[in-house]
Amino acid sequence: MSLIRFFKTIFMIDFLTGLIMAIKEIFKPKKTINYPFEKGSISPRARGEHALRRYPNGEERCIACKLCEAVCPAQAITIESSEREDGSRKTTRYDIDMLKCIYCGLCEQSCPVDAIVQGPNFEFATETREELYYNKEKLLENGDRWENILAANINADSSHR
Amino acid sequence: MAELFIFFEQIYRILFMLIPVLVSVAMIVWLDRRVWAFVQKRRGPNVVGPFGLFQTLADALKYIFKEIIIPASSNKVIFILAPIVTMTLALIAWAVIPFSETFVLADINVGILYLFAVSSLGVYGIIMGGWASNSKYPFLGAIRSAAQMVSYEVSIGVIIINVLLCVGSLNLSDIVLAQKNLWFVIPLFPMFIIFFISALAETNRPPFDLPEAEAELVAGYQTEYSGMMYAMFWLGEYANILLMCAMGSILFLGGWLSPIDLFPFNVIPAPIWLILKILFLFILFALIKAIVPRYRYDQLMKLGWKIFLPFSLIYVVLTASFLMYFDLLPGN
Repeated sequence: MSLIRFFKTIFMIDFLTGLIMAIKEIFKPKKTINYPFEKGSISPRARGEHALRRYPNGEERCIACKLCEAVCPAQAITIESSEREDGSRKTTRYDIDMLKCIYCGLCEQSCPVDAIVQGPNFEFATETREELYYNKEKLLENGDRWENILAANINADSSHR
Repeated sequence: MAELFIFFEQIYRILFMLIPVLVSVAMIVWLDRRVWAFVQKRRGPNVVGPFGLFQTLADALKYIFKEIIIPASSNKVIFILAPIVTMTLALIAWAVIPFSETFVLADINVGILYLFAVSSLGVYGIIMGGWASNSKYPFLGAIRSAAQMVSYEVSIGVIIINVLLCVGSLNLSDIVLAQKNLWFVIPLFPMFIIFFISALAETNRPPFDLPEAEAELVAGYQTEYSGMMYAMFWLGEYANILLMCAMGSILFLGGWLSPIDLFPFNVIPAPIWLILKILFLFILFALIKAIVPRYRYDQLMKLGWKIFLPFSLIYVVLTASFLMYFDLLPGN
């Protein structure tokens, strides 16, 4: 052990340097955000809560092609479809089990008409399991609620698709 | 009738001491987490109450409503007794802490020995908890804790001898009054440092938190505990830390005495000075928690037995010789 090392140990120089540094760090600005009151920015590609979108005239976008159901790796999506009076094919049932969903975004990618999308909302915790079995009404309601942001996000990301 | 009156008076005095201690334990947990967070540039608990001050109360409330799980293979009586022992021993030691010349619950003449004995008994709570859990990790944690606390108690004992040589009395109030002209932190500075480090080891604080090293032992002796029993261990631990800070400020930082006997300082009431000194030492505890890595077990033992013990023994000889040579021995 060299002499310098010996004196450094005896007088705890390294420890004191660390202590002074810690005291300096206390007065520096915080790196974390005050979460429930302020939120970080979210990418347009963020894969949050699902939503089913409508056309501006109020018609559902979904054509019941079932590509999302087929591609879903967690098999969280269940679709049943039938022909409507006007001859178009529409879903009669569109369920997503949000507990099974792994939020991979493949349903959104596979959709040919941008009907099923994942929005920026990630704060949809519930008190019971049942509330997380989303049905068609819930998904369409989500779509109506988030439509402005969803459209803007799809537009922002369109050049990369 | 008169006896009854005295009895109730004592009860009120005890409560008057105990409740502030319990509240300050809650506040000190908040302070600890907050300082720790600030060093790491986080915000720490800041939601419950002003600046998050009531976070610990919210946590305690949560613990009360949690289920207490008693392992089937445990020794149930001792398992339940362990946190009670820890908590009680951490609290009864406060009886002898003098907050001012008159404000002390039990002004006994062997105050420092009482304090030392009670803090030594604290290891029983831990070893009882670890043994009664009848599980590997708690047992290993308890054994580590016992070995660690016994080792560092020895050096703390020798350090206390240093102070007692300068005072000539075992009464805590006398120890404080002996520092009227010069706090012992100045002549006994190396002893203060060793006392502080030993106090860290004694209370299982980082860098000596081996008994609850989460990377190796899950949570050490607390592993099998849940609910209010865990919370009692936790409160006892922090009450012990606070006690060690109080002991450090009484032995070395002049207890309730103001730093200088001048106008703006000597009007501040004595208990405030003691609280400020305790807080200063506790913030050091919290800062150290944030900056140091954990010691290895053999390093811990080496530090205790091969460095601190000989060094403090040599210092005892030095102090005694100095006092003898200059004829400064107390009581002459």
